[in-house]
Amino acid sequence: MTDLTDLTIAEALSAMKSKKISAEELTKAYIKKTEEGRKYNAYVLETPEVALQAAKVADENYAKGTERALEGIPMGIKDLFCTKGIRTTACSHIIDNFVPQYESTVTQNLLNAGVGFLGKLNMDEFAMGGSNETSYFGPVINPWSKDVDLVPGGSSGGSAAAVAAKMCAAATGTDTGGSIRQPAAFCGITGIKPTYGRCSRYGIMAFASSLDQAGPMAKDVKDCALLLNVMAGHDEKDSTSSRKDVPDFTKVLGQDVKGLKIGIPQEYRPQGLNKEIEQAWDKAIAMLKERGAEIVDISLPHTKYALPVYYIIAPAEASSNLARYDGVRFGERVDGAHLDDLYINTRTQGFGKEVKRRIMVGTYVLSAGYYDAYYVKAQKVRRLIQNDFKNAFEKCDVILTPTSPTEAFPIGDKTMVENPINMYLNDVFTVSVNLAGLPALSLPIGLSAKGLPLGMQLIGKAFDEETVFKTAYALEQDAAFKRI
Amino acid sequence: MAVDSKTVQKVALLAKLKVDDDKVEATKDEFNKILKWIEQLDEVETQGVEPLVSVNEEHLVCREDKVTDGNIKDEILANAPESEFGYFAVPKVVE
Repeated sequence: MTDLTDLTIAEALSAMKSKKISAEELTKAYIKKTEEGRKYNAYVLETPEVALQAAKVADENYAKGTERALEGIPMGIKDLFCTKGIRTTACSHIIDNFVPQYESTVTQNLLNAGVGFLGKLNMDEFAMGGSNETSYFGPVINPWSKDVDLVPGGSSGGSAAAVAAKMCAAATGTDTGGSIRQPAAFCGITGIKPTYGRCSRYGIMAFASSLDQAGPMAKDVKDCALLLNVMAGHDEKDSTSSRKDVPDFTKVLGQDVKGLKIGIPQEYRPQGLNKEIEQAWDKAIAMLKERGAEIVDISLPHTKYALPVYYIIAPAEASSNLARYDGVRFGERVDGAHLDDLYINTRTQGFGKEVKRRIMVGTYVLSAGYYDAYYVKAQKVRRLIQNDFKNAFEKCDVILTPTSPTEAFPIGDKTMVENPINMYLNDVFTVSVNLAGLPALSLPIGLSAKGLPLGMQLIGKAFDEETVFKTAYALEQDAAFKRI
Repeated sequence: MAVDSKTVQKVALLAKLKVDDDKVEATKDEFNKILKWIEQLDEVETQGVEPLVSVNEEHLVCREDKVTDGNIKDEILANAPESEFGYFAVPKVVE
């Protein structure tokens, strides 16, 4: 019998519907892979009993013919999503004993569709990082690693590694500056950050509220579409979640891309861009051209300012959001003689280095006397970045770029450890999208000379995930990327 | 705008964090490196540009002002490091 964990979600759903396999068999296969793959450190909490209970319900529903959209699909959940009764930590020591008494809307939507949860997935602490190395639970190993242990990317590193190593059928991720797309690229899987507002942020521990967005990470484009169908939608509990209708994203898959205008931003091809990344990009351009798409040169002139804008706005919002971790209502407490000492001791010992660094930067840029010079200035340049995209989309339907300027790098890489800015630069192709609130997908396009996956990014107009999915599906057919 | 050691300690205090005395210098240097990097925004002409606070272009809708849940004291206190008589407990604040 073939390995059930090779099946995509679409294939598994069809196999369960036709009673070729049961949800229990599928779930057990993933649990086995999860146990075998512990060396990757992708899960920070395994919940096989929860997944098996869901599988039991799923099999009953299949027997009765009352199966739901994702009935019996076992998933891993990034540890930033609150899951009722299941420990949720944001991979931070400050909250590592937290058991939510409520369910995040996105995970509730998945539960309502029949998904079972295999466990909680490792990530950078509070989603702050691009390599999963800031996690309190230690780094995740990229399943594509050969001689040296490589990072899976971040912050959704556990999610990407678990999907790549077939330790779950798919995973949830969140993306504030590239945290779904960059790890997807590093691990050779597909992930989409939807338009800001597509998915409710309720119950997702907040990092930077004006940028955070949840999305699916899966084996292929179709699975991402199936998942987003379920995850997206308006939620009364998040006033920023959109009231727009959620289309069936799978409907556009396989549609012709002939005549589609593909924008290629010149600013994403700087001097000294990694040759292999550039070649992969040219290959993707050629594939779409071959299918009759029209290639259009576009300009996003404020691209180089996206990272500095991001590293003002994201820490500013984070410093405010993370003020709630004070040792009083939940999480760790380190006692002190006075209340102020309790706050300071709790936060100093509870947060990791990178999180403290960002809280400090955020506090500084918001402090009296600097607010206008840094924060308001960044918001103004953010407007210019959004305008760049608006102008570009008058000339094209979707934008194609590499996802990351590098392939996966080694754990503990010196240039990254010694200078945080080098790590920040890894988000150079992804952050603008969050600042503008647009949807963007990363899919694997091929392998580097070292045999590591390279990702391509497709950026769409706000609420036009459909064009992104359609184009990605076409590229996926041509790339014929081989998963692990 | 480079910061000095005093500012680093002041910012830490505002954020309710403590920077150990032997780490202040290193923290200051790192801080200044990041600030110098983000200050490249000064090159951008932004006169007359409206700050972008949120990308959400839909109007926020006012909901009816009514209680939708409640009576969940035990759930609220379930994760408290310390609680007493149905309240969160903290060290004495008033001497």
